Amino acid sequence: MADPALGWIGVPLAVFAGAIRVSTPFLFVSMGECITERSGRVNLGLEGNLVMGAMMGYGVSFITGNPWIGVLAAGFSGAILGTLHAFACGLPRVNHIAVGIAIMLLGTGIAFYLGQPFVQPKAPNLQSIDLGWWTDIPQLKAALQINILFIIGVILAPVLVWGLNNTRWGMIVRMVGDSADAARSMGYSVNFVRLMATTFGGFLAGIGGSFLSLYYPGSWNEGLSSGQGLMAVALVIFARWDPIKCLWASLLFGGAGALGPALQSVGIQSGYYLFFAAPYILTLCIMIFTLSGKRKMKDAPGELNIG
Amino acid sequence: MHHIKSAVDALRIPLLAIIVSMVFFGIFMMIAGVDPFEVYYLMYRGAFGTWFSWQNSFLRAAPLILTALCTALPAQMGMVVIGGEGALVLGGLIGTMAGLYAPPTIPIVTQIAMVLGGMLGGALLIGFAGYLRYYRGVNETISTLLLTYIAIAVFNHIVEGPMRDPASLNKPSTLPLPDNVLIGSIPGMDVHWGLVFGIVFCAFAYLLVFHTTWGFAARVTGGNVKAAKMVGLKVGPLTVIVFAIGGAAAGLAGMIEVAAVHTQANASIAVGYGFTGILVAFLARHNPLAIIPVAILLGGIGASGGLLQRRLELPDASVLVLQGIIFLVLLTFETLHGRTNIFHVRKA
Amino acid sequence: MTNNYTFSRRRFLGGLAAAGAAGAVATTPFSQAFAKNVTVGFIYVGPRGDFGYNQAHAEGAAAVKKIPGIKVVEEEKVPETIAVQKTMESMINLDGATLLFPTSFGYYNPHILKMAKKYPNVTFMHSGGLWSDKHPKNAHSYFGYIDEAQYLSGIVAGYATKTKKLGFVAAKPIPQVLRNINAFTLGARLVNPGIETQVIFTGEWSMPLKEAEATNSLADQGADVVTCHVDGPKVVMETAAKRAMFLCGYHASQAPLDPQKYLTGAEWDWPATYTKIINDYMAGKPIDNLIRGGLKEAIVKSSAYGPAVTAEARKHADAVKAKFLTGNVALYKGPLKDNKGKIVIPVGTSLEQTNIELEKMNYLVEGVIGSVSS
Repeated sequence: MADPALGWIGVPLAVFAGAIRVSTPFLFVSMGECITERSGRVNLGLEGNLVMGAMMGYGVSFITGNPWIGVLAAGFSGAILGTLHAFACGLPRVNHIAVGIAIMLLGTGIAFYLGQPFVQPKAPNLQSIDLGWWTDIPQLKAALQINILFIIGVILAPVLVWGLNNTRWGMIVRMVGDSADAARSMGYSVNFVRLMATTFGGFLAGIGGSFLSLYYPGSWNEGLSSGQGLMAVALVIFARWDPIKCLWASLLFGGAGALGPALQSVGIQSGYYLFFAAPYILTLCIMIFTLSGKRKMKDAPGELNIG
Repeated sequence: MHHIKSAVDALRIPLLAIIVSMVFFGIFMMIAGVDPFEVYYLMYRGAFGTWFSWQNSFLRAAPLILTALCTALPAQMGMVVIGGEGALVLGGLIGTMAGLYAPPTIPIVTQIAMVLGGMLGGALLIGFAGYLRYYRGVNETISTLLLTYIAIAVFNHIVEGPMRDPASLNKPSTLPLPDNVLIGSIPGMDVHWGLVFGIVFCAFAYLLVFHTTWGFAARVTGGNVKAAKMVGLKVGPLTVIVFAIGGAAAGLAGMIEVAAVHTQANASIAVGYGFTGILVAFLARHNPLAIIPVAILLGGIGASGGLLQRRLELPDASVLVLQGIIFLVLLTFETLHGRTNIFHVRKA
Repeated sequence: MTNNYTFSRRRFLGGLAAAGAAGAVATTPFSQAFAKNVTVGFIYVGPRGDFGYNQAHAEGAAAVKKIPGIKVVEEEKVPETIAVQKTMESMINLDGATLLFPTSFGYYNPHILKMAKKYPNVTFMHSGGLWSDKHPKNAHSYFGYIDEAQYLSGIVAGYATKTKKLGFVAAKPIPQVLRNINAFTLGARLVNPGIETQVIFTGEWSMPLKEAEATNSLADQGADVVTCHVDGPKVVMETAAKRAMFLCGYHASQAPLDPQKYLTGAEWDWPATYTKIINDYMAGKPIDNLIRGGLKEAIVKSSAYGPAVTAEARKHADAVKAKFLTGNVALYKGPLKDNKGKIVIPVGTSLEQTNIELEKMNYLVEGVIGSVSS
């Protein structure tokens, strides 16, 4: 049971472990948002999907005793919110950023409302795979306890890239995102494609939420998300709408999030609030320095109106 | 006249949306096993049923009126800013600094310094986002979101660190402002002057946006950036200034929270007024005059939340659900706007 | 000042004895002092079901609900802004409440003070111990010296730790939190003077992700027993259990989360405390303005020992607890050094629990790895 102290090596190790632990929700939400944005729409409501997914995942896992059913339920609830978002945005003259904020409020509110009875009980959590069987150092072993969802996410990223570039569906999504007129002239219903994309994105975001409540931190209460859903949307932009870059960006965020407590534990005490703001400062800096004024964002899907 | 009609029209759709939302909310309540009519009655009672309720609603509305401008003003230019909370917090900080560190003079001068300080704090934050938007192409929704988190972290760090009052042990705060610079209540009401500040700022914003060439320039840019540039409008500085004014409003709200309610700056000023302001702005369709009644309405909903909790044992989250429903319904009703104009007001 | 405290404690204890002697609540003749229902209002700053701070108060409210002649209204998630003033006024005006329990520390100044001046006939009971002579008479403060229970937890932890390193996840470095950290450490060092406690501050009263990260960091640095001072200890406890650490609970008993690893905990006993206050109130007895107490006054208590606590540990902890129950134990006595080497309590001085010097605590004792400045 005893963990001998690591001292300074503890910091990069914590960042590494944190990167894996904390990144999974970012990973799923950003990959989902990637697809949605590739189809030409921004879904800011993913924060609501995340919280709703966390609540649904936890509640259903508790009721059924099986965390994987919880994960599916979470995805399902996210898909519903995504469909709602797409439906509202599909009506003419509706501002999709505002709809996103509305969904965020609604999703969060319903999740808190329905989630009241689930704060106390302990729901079965997701298992992890022990990739650290080869080491005796407890901290390394703990860091290498990887959750299956993370592995699914890592596999999903290249699959999505391949899908976007090589399948017919992927091409349609990209076309709708780059030029709605071109897609229409080919006979595709722009709204329908976006509906599918947003629903799929919402599904993934819901799963990302279930990770929070079913694995890490592994319990449900109202303060579970600190804006991860919104952050993931920012992440997609500086990952240039590429699912694989989303993976790296998510890891970066996860690691940055673990930096604060890790530094405190080796004695860097002052300014801990500022360290906690590290991921946000990082994102902002990256956005400032990778985009420049007059040059439009070349990689942006043409219909996105975000540049 | 045209714009007064536009303001009334701007209210009609939200009113309809609110009625429909209440119906949906009622259905939600019924599913949850609660009598919707009791809910409606209690909401009315808690928001507007007694003079006490009215004051409660006004009090909650006061900061919302100002933070809503932080979203509504940039929206005139077609941009979506959600940084009201960060601007509020920074404004509270700098306003407090002005109150504590300004050289001692007659109170009214210090108060003016505080007002300017509050506005400065908010203006710097959001103005920076405006600069990033125009000159670096950074999306303003994302940047103001990030800046909000960063501003809150900086605020916490300073309030609990360098500016901390050693006597405020268990609730880390800055030194308290001297009594003679605090903001008091409107005579006859239990509501502080912040409400009046808000109304005045909104009136000023309305005049600015709809009755100056400068506001017109902003709205033109909101309609079509390329066209604006083609006619020679300086979109860059315009963006920064409009953003800065919006930020100044939210910053002022922060200063008022400190000077009227808490008497010292601490984490209790960051409770979500900025985020609720976003909702108010959208519900008012970004019209500065419409913001005032919408803020009072939302203040009323918040005020009645307490009664709902106590009488019906509903969780606090019910208010969130209602806000989400109202917002969503309202947004979908946007589509009706073009088709059911009673005044046949054309969008400028 | 000291005399006042002891005096009020004696009177409080006297009231306690009387209430106890009067037998079961339902049959006490004193409750007829009020002919109709008395409405009592409870206000929580967070959600009632947080497995921690607010829940502990809600459990107290639930006990109060059972008292006949009492009607309870509760409101949760009321922020420490003007909203709580309006909530209090709403409870007074619309619900007819005459006794209010606004339970968050930050409600007192300025909110409760303002309302107390405005409504002199309403009694305000604040959990925080801030009342002073300059404040209105209808405002009352109560607080428990939960650091006494943390001291006992520390002793038990001292026996359980094999790495000689303990972990503490704390929200903010305010005196009440520092007292807990220090008491925990002092208790552990009673068992073995070489034990160290590592503390990590999250900066917020409730932030599950940071709490989980902090717990993981502590585990990485070798701590094998953990306790905390945050609003909702559930996340810390669950994360620590996953890292095979032992748990010492806080606010309420988190034993159900992992009965094998739960050693003991420092809990509030609000049901007992509130019931006493209500009974006094119903009987028309004056309530003290400053109610403070620890293990002896049953305002705080220790959780039952878990299976991992050795017989030796139990004996030692029980012996110390007995000392608390019978007399005044000074946890903080000189010579006491802080973790920077400075003497904070000189030789020969001993500060009893009620001493206000302790309310200003701004140091961490020797043996704590961490710093109070942010």
